[in-house]
Amino acid sequence: MMRIVFPLGLAMGLLASAPTLALDTTRLPEKDVQFSFDGPFGTYDQAALQRGFQVYKEVCSACHSLDHVAFHDLDEPGGLGFTEAQAKAIAAGYKIPADPNDKGDIVDDKGNRLTRPGILADKFPPPYPNEEAARANNDGNLPPDLSMVVKAREGGAHYVYSIVTGFHMTPPKGFTVTSGKYYNPYFEGWNIGMPPPLVANAVTYSDGTKATVEQEAHDVATFLTWASDPKMEERKRIGFGALVFLVALAGLLFMSYRKVWADLH
Amino acid sequence: MSGQSTYTPKSGLEKWIDQRLPLPRLMHDTMTTFPTPRNLNIWYTFGGILTFCLGVQIITGIVLAMHYVANADLAFDSVESIMRDVNYGWLIRYIHSTGASMFFLAVYIHMFRGLYYGSYKAPRELIWIIGVLIYVLMMATAFFGYVLPWGQMSFWGATVITSLFSSIDQIVPHLGTAITTWLWGGFAVDDATLNRFFSLHYLLPFIIAGVVGLHIWALHVPGNNNPLGIDVKSPQDTVPFHPYYTVKDAFYLCCFVFVFAVFVFFAPDFFGNPDNAIKANPLVTPPDIVPEWYLLPFYAMLRSIPQKLLGVLVLVGSLVTLIFIPWLDTSRVRSCRFRPLMKQFFWAFGVDCLLLGYCGSQSVDAVAFGIPLVWAARLGTLYYFAYFWVIMPIVGLIETPKKLPASIAQSVLGEPAAAPAE
Repeated sequence: MMRIVFPLGLAMGLLASAPTLALDTTRLPEKDVQFSFDGPFGTYDQAALQRGFQVYKEVCSACHSLDHVAFHDLDEPGGLGFTEAQAKAIAAGYKIPADPNDKGDIVDDKGNRLTRPGILADKFPPPYPNEEAARANNDGNLPPDLSMVVKAREGGAHYVYSIVTGFHMTPPKGFTVTSGKYYNPYFEGWNIGMPPPLVANAVTYSDGTKATVEQEAHDVATFLTWASDPKMEERKRIGFGALVFLVALAGLLFMSYRKVWADLH
Repeated sequence: MSGQSTYTPKSGLEKWIDQRLPLPRLMHDTMTTFPTPRNLNIWYTFGGILTFCLGVQIITGIVLAMHYVANADLAFDSVESIMRDVNYGWLIRYIHSTGASMFFLAVYIHMFRGLYYGSYKAPRELIWIIGVLIYVLMMATAFFGYVLPWGQMSFWGATVITSLFSSIDQIVPHLGTAITTWLWGGFAVDDATLNRFFSLHYLLPFIIAGVVGLHIWALHVPGNNNPLGIDVKSPQDTVPFHPYYTVKDAFYLCCFVFVFAVFVFFAPDFFGNPDNAIKANPLVTPPDIVPEWYLLPFYAMLRSIPQKLLGVLVLVGSLVTLIFIPWLDTSRVRSCRFRPLMKQFFWAFGVDCLLLGYCGSQSVDAVAFGIPLVWAARLGTLYYFAYFWVIMPIVGLIETPKKLPASIAQSVLGEPAAAPAE
């Protein structure tokens, strides 16, 4: 909903003049970056989606789940543009907890959970079996699911981009970073549980794109926007047709309206 | 319906049906020949638009219910499955979620139009009161519907609103808590709450449809009011509903659907809250719990009163007040077009509702232009009640209305009156 964000400069100004005031740790406005899907005609940049998927797979997925995305989404039109065979191969690379085998076991002799290769109908498996395991492995922090994150944050893709590129800045005087947290002024409260996730060349892009932190962040923000809104291209395309139709219909109805009423005046 | 029926069956079959069940006659008299003032403007097309909105919500809602799972563990995921896996599920859901906002947008225009032109005044009091009932049913339905996706705002909105009943504890100890527990079906908003809200969300639209039937029935007895607020005096003042108003309503409906479509296809989350894309979590309270935009003015009134029970009474009072409007307005003249003083208070009331809405959208301790918004909301609340309970009765008595035209036809066609007026 509508929400007025007070200019941070004002807060900062107050801070400088009266250092005893409590620090306003409202998050900074998102960085102003351009995305291919901005605007009513924007579409997903397929190469960016594939690169962003690579970043998710090789970096983010270590801690973050992607619960609502299925492997069959990877070959859907308006998305990453993988073929069905490629999507199947990607799915097969994941281990999915298996159903009980013919002896009724779900663990092998050593007590390991039985698994099977993923198929198109499967969703991306989460990195941790449950919330407690996720917290135990992340200093008590819960890495949020990323399949809806662009919709679930004010600022959307710009917010995601700002967060993952918002590390390594010097905190202002008077702000102490909580132990076990990291300073990130794009995060509400400025203390974020996530360590800086991206470094240059964290991934090696097969299309030769230089893997700077900004490039990786931009690509993964694109991918996560698709993950939140996989039907965007179809929606905009149908929407354009619907609006053209409605304008034509309105034109005809207006002429009928004028004609019907003409004899009254 | 009132008036003489001009229906003549055109075939043996129609005659046969008409003698047994005069449904064709009803349709003919209410939707074809119904005499309608010839001067209705754009604001009178919203009745038809609202009927369309109700139909759209019911049809999309029935389809959504085929895929939705009313279970606290599965509801959120089932909605996401509608968005991703159901054929055109995203379209159906976006029409339904945007449709709720468009429905309220239309109903507010419809209500303000009624207020401006005095459409609640005799002999149309019951049309207005039934309309208020529809509005309250709509708010309840929208509230139940907003809970169903089981996101963070769904859950916490449900918690805040249902907890209002616990304020009754201040009158009868423990009664409010007991009612709240009864409403929840447990000791917190949970699976039982979600299930009953789904049941009621499916039921209420059909009750609304029935009450809309009464609303239209009551309308067809005195017929439409009109921007001049004067009675229809001769057949010259009216035109048959069809084709004159069917075509006019159709054109404006099409324009309305255009706006509707812009939101559905290009800004489907515009009216939503990002927090509702996070699954409900009883252990994490969102920093700001905000209702949907159409409830914000009432939310602002509720929050501006420091005492909970009093706040709830103000909230209820703001709606109950609407029922008394036909008797609070003492003016002999219906339309604000001829009420120079009331017109100004009316527009101030419109601004007041927007101000209250803005206050409701901000956090409780927000300040704008150096004014704590809670005080702006208090003044807004005061004006809301003063408008109906003080201004309406007094202005009606002291105001000198402008001279009314002799008839609708004369006003529209500019013909000199046959006889000198008065």
